[in-house]
Amino acid sequence: MLTKHEKELIAKIWDKMIPVASDIGAECLLRMMTTFPGTKTYFAHLDIRPGSPHLRSHGKKIVLAIAECSKDISSMMVTLAPLQTLHAYKLRIDPCNFKLLCHCILVTLAAHMGDEFNPVAHAAMDKYLSAFAAVLAEKYR
Amino acid sequence: MVEWTDFERATIQSVFEKMDYDDVGPAALSRCLVVYPWTQRYFGNFGNLYNAAAIQGNPMVAAHGKTVLHGLDRAVKNMDDIKATYAELSVLHSEKLRVDPDNFRLLADCLTIVVAARMGADFTADVQGAFQKFLAVVVSSLGRQYH
Repeated sequence: MLTKHEKELIAKIWDKMIPVASDIGAECLLRMMTTFPGTKTYFAHLDIRPGSPHLRSHGKKIVLAIAECSKDISSMMVTLAPLQTLHAYKLRIDPCNFKLLCHCILVTLAAHMGDEFNPVAHAAMDKYLSAFAAVLAEKYR
Repeated sequence: MVEWTDFERATIQSVFEKMDYDDVGPAALSRCLVVYPWTQRYFGNFGNLYNAAAIQGNPMVAAHGKTVLHGLDRAVKNMDDIKATYAELSVLHSEKLRVDPDNFRLLADCLTIVVAARMGADFTADVQGAFQKFLAVVVSSLGRQYH
């Protein structure tokens, strides 16, 4: 359950990430694959070394999707419909991994925002990312 | 037995050496109580936990946060037998405090985020990996004596 204030806060934070989407996205993925090595199994087709252009372009896609959705959180089900289909029928990533990436996104935001990523912002962001992950997994079964 | 690389050992010692316990302890516990409000169930006698500001200003939360963080010192000094180090504390949390062991993971996640916020760019992916591996061992050890 997100309040109006929380939705504004979330949109504001992601808006600032859009110009640096490749950097932020690559960092989130790298953190996830370093901390949770099992997640690497989904990236056999990419070069996942730090700084690789694959990591940056893939990371950028993810950040932009999350940022786009944050502009109108109430329409999440509509905005994410194509990505739902992609994840359910083509990618088939075990949804437990969404939690791991979400955690690494929070860590990345904290490392970049410092004190500004206070408990209220953290709580709002965690709620948003959990909802995003849940919607993404909706078509799995 | 957990295998630690030289990098992991050095990273854990370094992160905890540089840590301001009086700042990070209270920050991590209060963050946990704000982000995962159901964890407040264990702190019924801590007074005002009504909103984020109250939690962050609560002196009992701050004191307990320091206690918990100092509890990690034992593991930092005993990385080769964390399981045995926490056997007693595990029994305490299970039998007396009756804390759902999933909460250890929630607090560990909040601690990671607080440390990330304090260390900024120095909290690289490799440092995070080492830190989270350490906390995962601690969390597992604390949940070991639950039956």
